[in-house]
This record gives sequence, C-alpha cells and structure tokens, in this order.
Amino acid sequence: MDSLVTALVRSYAAVVAARFRMLLQYRAAALAGIATQIFWGCIKLMVFGAFYAVAVTTPPMTFTAIVAYVWLGQVLIGLLPWNHDPELQELFMSGGVAYELLRPLDLYWFWFARTLAYRTAPTLLRMVPGICFATLVLPLIGLPEWALPAPASVTHGLLFSASFLATVLLSCAITILITISMFWMIEGRGIATFMYGVVPVFSGMIVPLPLFPDWMQPFLQWQPFRGLCDVPFRIYSGDIPLAMASQEIALQFAWAVILILFGYGLIARARTRLVVQGG
Amino acid sequence: MPQILVDGLSKTFRVAERKSGLLGAFGGLIHRQYRTVDALSDVTFSIDEGELVGYIGPNGAGKSTTIKILSGILVPSNGRCEVDGRAPWKQRRKHVASIGVVFGQRTQLWWDLPVIESFDLLRDIYRVPRSAYERRRDELIEMLDLNDLLDTPVRQLSLGQRVRCDIAAALLHEPKILFLDEPTIGLDAVSQLNVRAFIKQLSREQNVTVLLTTHDLDDIEALCDRILVLNDGRLLMDGSIEELRKRYGDGRYVAVELESFTDVSPAHENVVVERSDSHILFSVESDVPTFIDEVLQRYPVKDLLITHPPIERVVATMYQTERIQH
Repeated sequence: MDSLVTALVRSYAAVVAARFRMLLQYRAAALAGIATQIFWGCIKLMVFGAFYAVAVTTPPMTFTAIVAYVWLGQVLIGLLPWNHDPELQELFMSGGVAYELLRPLDLYWFWFARTLAYRTAPTLLRMVPGICFATLVLPLIGLPEWALPAPASVTHGLLFSASFLATVLLSCAITILITISMFWMIEGRGIATFMYGVVPVFSGMIVPLPLFPDWMQPFLQWQPFRGLCDVPFRIYSGDIPLAMASQEIALQFAWAVILILFGYGLIARARTRLVVQGG
Repeated sequence: MPQILVDGLSKTFRVAERKSGLLGAFGGLIHRQYRTVDALSDVTFSIDEGELVGYIGPNGAGKSTTIKILSGILVPSNGRCEVDGRAPWKQRRKHVASIGVVFGQRTQLWWDLPVIESFDLLRDIYRVPRSAYERRRDELIEMLDLNDLLDTPVRQLSLGQRVRCDIAAALLHEPKILFLDEPTIGLDAVSQLNVRAFIKQLSREQNVTVLLTTHDLDDIEALCDRILVLNDGRLLMDGSIEELRKRYGDGRYVAVELESFTDVSPAHENVVVERSDSHILFSVESDVPTFIDEVLQRYPVKDLLITHPPIERVVATMYQTERIQH
C-alpha cells in the first residue's frame, strides 16, 4: 500500500517536473517580463512615495511595508491566477482532451500538477533577477529606501513561507477553475478576461488592500483573492501582527480547500457531459 | 465471456444551433436551440481476446465515438459496454491502465520534449516498474525502428515517424487491448506498410486484441479477419471480408487488353467500368466463364485478367444500397 502511494505521488511529480523543465526554456520571455516588472515597481513606488509625502493623516501602512508589498508583488506576479495554461486551452480546442482522459490519473490532480508547474516555473525564472535588483541594485544606485527589506523577523519569515505555500495552492486552484470553465465554453478567454479585471484588484496587486476605503474592508477581508498577495506580503513586512498571522493563514488554506473541492466537483460533473471536439 | 462486449449502445449529443446572421447571433444569447444528434444507435457486437477487427464507415458514422466510449472517455447515453468485465467510464483509471489508444490525427507525445523523455514520463504516469519498462521500451524501439528518433523533439518528426512513436507510446505499459483510430491516415506508402506490419506482428505474436478504424481499405484487407461496418450510427455488417464481398460485390472484374481499338458491343455496354484506347474493364455479376467466352470471340484480346472488385467499390456499393433502404 505504501509503495502504491509513493508510486502515485511519483506519477504526478513526474508531470510537474516535465512541464517545469519545459517552461524553464523560456528564458528570454522571463527577462523581458522582469524588466517590465522592475519598471512598474519603480513607477508604483514613485506614486506611493508622492502620496505618502503629502499625506495629512497617518496612512494605514508604513512606507517600508508598502515597499515590501510592491516588490513581492512584482517579483511574484507570475503566480497571479489571471490567465490559464495555453497548453490546456489548446487541448480543448483540438480535442486532445481525449488523451488526458486516457491517463490512469485523476483528471483534477493531473491538471493540478500541470498547473502547478505552469504557475511556478516562470515565476521562479523571474524571481531571481527581480529579487537581486530589489535587494542589491537599488541600494547601490542610491535608492536604499526603495529596496526590498528583509522579513520583519525570523518568525515573520517562517510564517511568510507557510502563507506563501497557501498562496501557491490557492493560485493553482483558481487557475484550474478557469481551465475547467472550458468544458462549458471551449474558449477559456471569456472567463480569463473577467479574471484579468478582478484578480489584480482584489488580490492587492494594483493597490495594497489596506489603502482601500474603510467601508470596503469587511468585504476585502474575507474574499479569496486576498490570500494571493495581501496576506503573505503583509505577514512578511510585519504589517499583520504575529498574533493574527496564523488565523490569516488558516483562512488562506480554507479558501484553497474550498476552491479545490469546488473544482473537483465541477470536473466530475463535466465528465458526464463531455463532447470531444473534432469527432 | 468475450473481452469486449457492446450491447445496444447508443450515444446522443446535444448540439447548440444558431440561426445565421447577426439576428441569429443575438437570438442565441437569449434562447438557445438544441438539436440532438444520434452518433450511435443501438450498436451491438463483441470481440474476443486476440482478434484483429477493422471498423469502417464514412465520416461521421460514429467510429471515433465508439472508440471513445470503449476507452472510457465518453459516457454512453444508453446500452451496455464492457471491456474485461468493466464499464470503461465507471472505472476509468483502472480501465485506461490496461488499454492502449492511438488517435492517428493527434499525438499523445509532449510536443517540445525529445521522444525518449515522453516515454520516460509515460512510464511514471503508468507506474511501470523500471525493469519491465526498459525491456518493453527496447523491444518497441527495435520493432518500430525508432532508434534514430529518440532524441528528436516531437515537433521535428515527420508524420510517419510521429505515428510510429505514438504507437510505441501507447504500448509501453503492455496493454492487452489496443484501439487504433485511423493510424495510417496521411502516411506515405512505406510508413503505411511499416505500421501495418507492426500491427500484424503485435496481434500474432503477443495476442493483443486490436480494434482499428480506418478509411484505407487496404489496411483492412491486409490486416483484418473481421470487419464491422458502421453507417449513420448503425451497425450495417459484422463479418469477414469474404462475406462483405458476397453480399455487396460478388462479381469479378475482367480487365481486357486489346490488340487494336474496338468498339464495345451494345450487349456489354452496361457492364463497362472503365474504357481507354486499348483497355476495357468489365464488371461481371454472374456466370463469368460464359462472359469470358463472349469476350474472346467478340474482341481482339491480347491479354486478360480476372480479379475481385476492389474493396473500395464493394464498400461504396454497400453504403449506397443501405442508404436507399433507410
């Protein structure tokens, strides 16, 4: 039994590894991407810097927390589930989804494995140069106040790791929902366009969530997209008090589990009404 | 108990319809109209272990739908379907681990990976023990002559090479049942012969059950002892090629080469299939010896050849007759 479980895990791990290796080939795209993100990071910090300089009340976040929020967001932007794996899209368009069902794997976890690689491999490629720039280059060129600070403490760092794990699961769970929507719509772009508008705003990628008006806070607090950026980034900088951190992380995991179960149920339903394109 | 049992199998698809034009497009947003399409109606057959069965029919007849139900991809609307005593779509994961499937028009290999890495990945996905995998892989590489292709990314392979790799990929986990959906489509003559030879060898030496759909009737003649003919979702025939000929083309073709150009006699005009300067091709339904006598007397014959009508023609006749009956 034990060896069966290991073999099962290995089969999914092999899917992740293969796709991961393949995606690592896109180095030029990653370099172009990180250049854009560095540029945006600087613009955002200029804008926030200007606002903070003329603020008449005390802002809800310190500028250091903002800097951490902005750079973590720029570096990890590839994790944001606002698009879906074009390879899977192609499978739906061409009818190749038939081959997916021929594998002795659970379809949900099979796609989860592929999605995991799709989300993490490009992110990893962009992360390394991005972090180097934000931690090493910025102080060298005379902008130390714009540099990505270290986590607030070792404890914060560890809690950030836990929260980040939940972020990855959550991101994959949402991405795969976009993929599953193709069972009903064939074309994933419709849902993806919708996500394109919703995810960056409600995750905090555009503007950190604490800077939104007070009346929106109760809603922002509980919605799932917050676990993509806001929670891990603010745990990192210490903006979320340590006492609250475990509760926030639990909420992230809870959303991940709910969305995974939702996607799992949807796939089971979609199976019975599947029409394979192209005969 | 046959290995594959299909009893009263039906599959209905619901297709959304849209009236043409802009108005139709808007109408579709408000009220969608659906049309049901019977891809399969009441199909019944069974296949025993080790059989090599050809599955033919015109485009849209329901061949691929059958294969997809048998492989657990599609769920049938009605009827019974069991492979090795299992309903494929109910125990999909267990089922697909014991069958191999090739769709000739699509690849199951990873486009950007070298062939050998796709094979290794399939080993992990199917959880084949390493030693068994290596033995099987080397055997398939040998049989399908893949040695020079292994390090090439799939996207750089020619169609014939790709299909050979795809067939190997479908067999790495040593399935006892193989479904081939148009495996020879688009292949050149040499590749086609190679693929055929391999399928034959697999069936004979390893007793693998093969169900093969094709439009190429040469495939059928070269490979299959038994054919299933499907048209419009209905099974028209289940039998040997001889039976097919008996029912729909029991005559002979008589090809005559002439010494010099001669007009066809009016009595023979309605049995001429083809005519060129020095050749006439007749199709004779019955009493061939008498016909030959007549020909030898009537025409300056230089050479004469009697053959079966080509299977294409037999099948075309069958489709026509059956269509009229429906």
